[in-house]
Amino acid sequence: MLYEWSLMTKRYVLRYIRVPALVVFSILQPIMFVVLFRYVFGGAIVVRTSNYVSYLMPGIIAQTAAFGSIATAVGLAEDFQGGMIDRFRSMPVSTSSVLVGRLVTDTLRNIFIVLVMIVVGYLVGFRFMNGIVPAVGMAAMAVLFGLSISCISALIGMKLRDPEAVQSFGLIWLFPLTFVSAAFVPVYTMPGWLQGIAKANPVTIVIDSMRSMALGGPLSRTTFESLAWLIGICVVFLPIAIRQFRRVS
Amino acid sequence: MSGEIAIAVEDVSKSFGKTEALKRVSFQAMTGKVLGLLGPNGAGKTTAVRILTTLIPLDSGNATIQGINVSAHGAQIRKIIGLAGQYAAVDEYLTGRENLELVGGLYHLARKEARSRSKELLFKFDLEDAADRQVKTYSGGMRRRLDLAASLVNRPPVLFLDEPTTGLDPRSRIGLWDSIRSLVSEGMTVLLTTQYLEEADQLCDNLVVIDHGQVIANGTPDELKTSLGGDLIEFSVIKRELSQHAAEVVAKFALSAPTFESESGQITLRPVGDGTHSLANLVRALDESGIAIAGLALRRPSLDEVFLSLTGNSPDEANGN
Repeated sequence: MLYEWSLMTKRYVLRYIRVPALVVFSILQPIMFVVLFRYVFGGAIVVRTSNYVSYLMPGIIAQTAAFGSIATAVGLAEDFQGGMIDRFRSMPVSTSSVLVGRLVTDTLRNIFIVLVMIVVGYLVGFRFMNGIVPAVGMAAMAVLFGLSISCISALIGMKLRDPEAVQSFGLIWLFPLTFVSAAFVPVYTMPGWLQGIAKANPVTIVIDSMRSMALGGPLSRTTFESLAWLIGICVVFLPIAIRQFRRVS
Repeated sequence: MSGEIAIAVEDVSKSFGKTEALKRVSFQAMTGKVLGLLGPNGAGKTTAVRILTTLIPLDSGNATIQGINVSAHGAQIRKIIGLAGQYAAVDEYLTGRENLELVGGLYHLARKEARSRSKELLFKFDLEDAADRQVKTYSGGMRRRLDLAASLVNRPPVLFLDEPTTGLDPRSRIGLWDSIRSLVSEGMTVLLTTQYLEEADQLCDNLVVIDHGQVIANGTPDELKTSLGGDLIEFSVIKRELSQHAAEVVAKFALSAPTFESESGQITLRPVGDGTHSLANLVRALDESGIAIAGLALRRPSLDEVFLSLTGNSPDEANGN
């Protein structure tokens, strides 16, 4: 099974290497967001705890990791539509191989993108203020966040099986999920009813923990809560997604 | 080996919602032979293939491949079958060689074996020159050949080809037919679906004609042609304006009213009794009426005509072409 996973991973990684545009464009968009929020909106947003760019970067990094999961969904939908999955399903291949290969590849891609985004952050004034280990922890949390969202996206991709539908649907649920959170603005600046939603949003919990690790703050509780959420999502969605492999559309 | 049943389908039914895709379908494929499932689009051919290749479950009935039950032992079935589907299911961004080695790896061939098997198949399917190019640069015919090669990596004794030549140009089609023939000569059992009668006629030892989810005929291509009622006489007359009259003159030699095709001027009839004898009578009758014949032929009906008479519409009409 491990061998099948590595073969599938190799297949998807080769695609990214041969079509670098796929990765380049998924980096350009968040860079645009950084510029937009740092220089266009940023002046109007005041946060109490730190300067805005330091506040912003963990949020944008998390959002980028989450949006990267659209590639998971689209990639799987393409495989279904193009007949690749039928080929694999007619072979003695384990049900998890395609999905695991896809998730490993997208996690590798997310590691790369998170690192690029940290560099971009440094260029526009972001600094880690809490030491190297928590900084690595923040990056790891972002990658784990990406993986857990990818597990949900994988299920969507394998259910809908139409790349275009999956693409639009990905944006529809990821936009509110990431924007109605502490990603870009402090929750207390929102109207009361929205604050309730934003506070309960696990994305806020994940980003709070990332900020604590990057900038200093209450570490243990948010980190524990965040890990619980992310691991919980993986544990729930991964088996359901794996089961889709043999399910008929 | 031959004479054994490789694929047995008994009373298999399958519905998708309210649509009955297969209604108590039964057929058998013999080891080392090519069985063709022939029918228009939507007849249920692909559904049958998907059931046999474990992609979808059947609702009722029984299907076995080499005696192994398809529903109960999917994992075992997958080890002995190859499938080349309607889409060329190959990875665009991998090279031809990488595609085959990936498939070999997934069959758990040792790396060295996967490599040599890929090389062998690339050679066999005339893809050596393109082996290290990404598949996205391949032509339609090359993709299909690679797809077929991928389905053979594991040397499956039973091969399923779902419309293997749909969308190919005539030259690629004939090339693929040659490939399929050579596989059969090595003893492989092939089940192929097609909507092309010519393809069925060229490749298949036995045919099962499916329409609206039901088997409406089966037999060898020759048997099916004969079942239509033997020979046909086809002729045209020099003076086109006399065609109608000619058809009336020869009507007494025909089982049913002769058909007249205004564009080609061709008059076709199914003769009563012996074809050769009727031919002589027909020529004499026309001669006596002073009608000069332009062309005359006695021939077996084409599978097209068999299909037409079985389904009530030609496969082209059924496709909306």
